[in-house]
Amino acid sequence: MADMRTPLNKVRGLGSAKEGADHFWRQRMTALANVPLTIFFVVTLISLWGKDYAAVTSYLGSPVVGIVMLALVVSAMVHMRLGMQTIIEDYVHSEGIKVLCLMLNTFFVILVGLSCVYAIVKLSLGA
Amino acid sequence: MASAKTVDKRPLSPHLQIYKPMLTTLMSITHRITGAALYVGTLLVAWWLFAAATGPEYFDFVSGIANSKFGRFVIFLYTWALLHHMLGGIRHFIWDTGRGFELPTVELLARATIIGSLTLTFVVWAIAYAVRGAF
Ligand code: HEM
Repeated sequence: MADMRTPLNKVRGLGSAKEGADHFWRQRMTALANVPLTIFFVVTLISLWGKDYAAVTSYLGSPVVGIVMLALVVSAMVHMRLGMQTIIEDYVHSEGIKVLCLMLNTFFVILVGLSCVYAIVKLSLGA
Repeated sequence: MASAKTVDKRPLSPHLQIYKPMLTTLMSITHRITGAALYVGTLLVAWWLFAAATGPEYFDFVSGIANSKFGRFVIFLYTWALLHHMLGGIRHFIWDTGRGFELPTVELLARATIIGSLTLTFVVWAIAYAVRGAF
């Protein structure tokens, strides 16, 4: 049967897993965002090092810090989930265990990520 | 999936142990190992934020662990992993533009990644100690 699709139409978004380009793109977008966010986070860690509860909570609870921390958590969540997915797909070959690992990966990231978000929001609202 | 017959006839490509270990190989796997370590390390970040959001007693308890010798050692490794992975990521960005694949450049980037991450980590910790004062 004649194939009427253009070559571009064939490849667009249709990798072997149907969404390979999207995986790559989101991985790189979040990696790029992670650079300034990571530098911010390391600076935050240094400046809060050894500070007491009052100083840490008031710093983390300030609006700009809260928003940037949320951005960091969201970007890192997407990035680490995609990254761990690649690792799992590389090393786990049995289909059933692989699917299970991929599910656990998603659950882990969401649980840890939401815990961070919960804490940041609580601090912002004055824990 | 391939049947047993086709698998038999296929030539096998040499695997890892055939190749001479090199700095570039090491930096490649280190990017993956630091990525996986950061993945687990996110638990610590979540724990710390959660402690700050919970209250003074619990925060002091977690702070105490973080400030112990072991805690500091773990956080030191965490900062190194973060900075190393960040530099490794920047190396990947250069490759993503189609540049930097010549062997001397690849070698240079590998060296820059490990030397850069170690230097940055020590600088960060030196600043941390300077800001905090003597322990
Ligand atoms: C600091 C900024 C960061 C940059 C620039 C960055 C960059 C990258 C890049 C480019 C890759 C893909 C490597 C490849 O295609 O082989 C990657 C993989 C990965 N990243 Fe990051 N990343 C950063 C932060 C993080 C953080 C904070 C985490 C975890 C919480 C993380 C976890 C991972 C994981 C698990 C992988 C998969 C490793 C692999 O496939 O070998 N990254 N990162």
